[in-house]
Amino acid sequence: MTTEVDLGFVPLLDAAPLILAERLGFAAEERLHLRLHPVRSWSLLRDMLSSGHVAAAQMLSAVPIAGRLGLGGAAVDFDAPLVLSLGGQVIGVSPALGAEMRLNGLVSDFSDALATREALVRARPNGVRFGVPFPFSMHAELLHLWLGGTLPISTVTVPPAQMPTALASGEIEAFCVGEPWGSVAVAGGAADLILPGTAIWTAPPEKVLAVRRGWAEENPDLAGRLLRAIWRACRWISQPDVRAAASDLLAHTDALNVDPEMIERALSGHLLLSQNGAVIDSPGFINFHDGAANFPWRSQAAWLGWNMGRRHGLDGAAAADTASSCWRPDLFRLHLGEDAVLPAASAKVEGANPEPVTAGANRGTVTLGRNAFFDGRIFDLSAPA
Amino acid sequence: MSSHLLTIIIVDSDPERARTICDGSAGLPDAKYSLVAPGPALARRIAALRPDLVLIDADNASRDEMEELTIASGPMERPVAVFVNQSDSALTRAMIEAGVAAYVVDGLTPGRVGPVVDAAIARFNMLQKVRAELDATRAALEDRKVIDRAKGIVMRARGISEDEAYALMRRNAMEKGRRIADIARAIVTAAEVLK
Repeated sequence: MTTEVDLGFVPLLDAAPLILAERLGFAAEERLHLRLHPVRSWSLLRDMLSSGHVAAAQMLSAVPIAGRLGLGGAAVDFDAPLVLSLGGQVIGVSPALGAEMRLNGLVSDFSDALATREALVRARPNGVRFGVPFPFSMHAELLHLWLGGTLPISTVTVPPAQMPTALASGEIEAFCVGEPWGSVAVAGGAADLILPGTAIWTAPPEKVLAVRRGWAEENPDLAGRLLRAIWRACRWISQPDVRAAASDLLAHTDALNVDPEMIERALSGHLLLSQNGAVIDSPGFINFHDGAANFPWRSQAAWLGWNMGRRHGLDGAAAADTASSCWRPDLFRLHLGEDAVLPAASAKVEGANPEPVTAGANRGTVTLGRNAFFDGRIFDLSAPA
Repeated sequence: MSSHLLTIIIVDSDPERARTICDGSAGLPDAKYSLVAPGPALARRIAALRPDLVLIDADNASRDEMEELTIASGPMERPVAVFVNQSDSALTRAMIEAGVAAYVVDGLTPGRVGPVVDAAIARFNMLQKVRAELDATRAALEDRKVIDRAKGIVMRARGISEDEAYALMRRNAMEKGRRIADIARAIVTAAEVLK
């Protein structure tokens, strides 16, 4: 018998695993029918999940953390048993600021975060106001990580589709947003892209699958089927030769009404940096699966908790500890033990491997993807600094 | 708090609807209403008005900008906006279903805000219903115009009567499992192309 499950998402490239889990039959394999609810704001999606209107949702990785730390307006309590994607963010500036950065030595290679920062500081020594899609987001965290202590920045929340308008009005001079919205801004001549999120942190956890705290324990069978269906969709989409098919499927989803070419560009990391510029190759721009990307490492949650907590006046170590409890590697292990290769550890030193490394696992070994911060720093959960 | 005039902001890109919500809440004492349109610097424009309550359609994409109002500079002073579900999740559910969400200043009692929200929801729903009816009427009128044009084209092309032309279109619609208005639209489009 097929079980119906309500899932919420915001129409973005990285909603792909949820959409494809249903459309490619991974859900049906698990006797599930996913009723997909596209939603226009993260606040509404968060409230729908919290109130039980949907059983699970694609969620900004920072939202469950903010909820557990008590930050923000809504008291919500979510668990994240699966990471849906790493990366996929772009940083863009107004064409005017882009031109000034080039006068200040910027070479647009779309990869050197240190040099790009230098050019930005020279062009705008008094600071920059950035648009981000939500106050609690990896987008905001990446900007603070990249510029904190070097350049005074402020962030304001701007819905992704409104970034071009906000740039044109002068409300913001730059943004960090998820694809395809950066490319949409470029296509309209509203922005130049200067960096991918992965140039700041090679493996920033961007979206997670979120459920209400306790839901997975109350519905163990359903949780297992849901996790497996979505995990298999993540694995499918990460194959290089399916990109064209995936882009087509996604573009023709009612909710994600974007040119398939723009989706394929982001999926393959071939991005157009400015309206009349060249296409640049950004390897590993977005990662849905490779290198144990779907495993919810407690150290990722701790990193978010440490940074978000400290910026909001909380004790960093305590916030990291509280935050790490909403990433649920135990649920991942329980339900995906037969599909995924499970790493032996549930936390790692974030930023410690500029190249892929091999780690112990339940069946032989597992390859962990590249994980490095732009300035070589590391984040060790056992001794955060 | 008690002597303080309740400042209520309604964020809506549709000024007519916003005014309707205002009017619906007008019976409540001690309240001052302001309308704010979405757009750049929304959060700052709202913060400058120091509202007690912000009403916004839950499905408004600008809603995420409201979230900023809920974050204070320090953890000890959380100036604006506690989401209502902290005290009553059933109410939040009802509001989400109604398409309206409310953000409330810390310290305001739900008892005081409840009637405002209830009234806003009631007006919102009523207006939505009127809108839907109006849209349906408009669509029906459009359909009739297209069907009339298509009828004329078929009559001229086949040299048949109006009734026969209509019957032909209806039979076609039934066979194809489509609406007669869709068939009519296809005929009109084809006729324009072949002109």
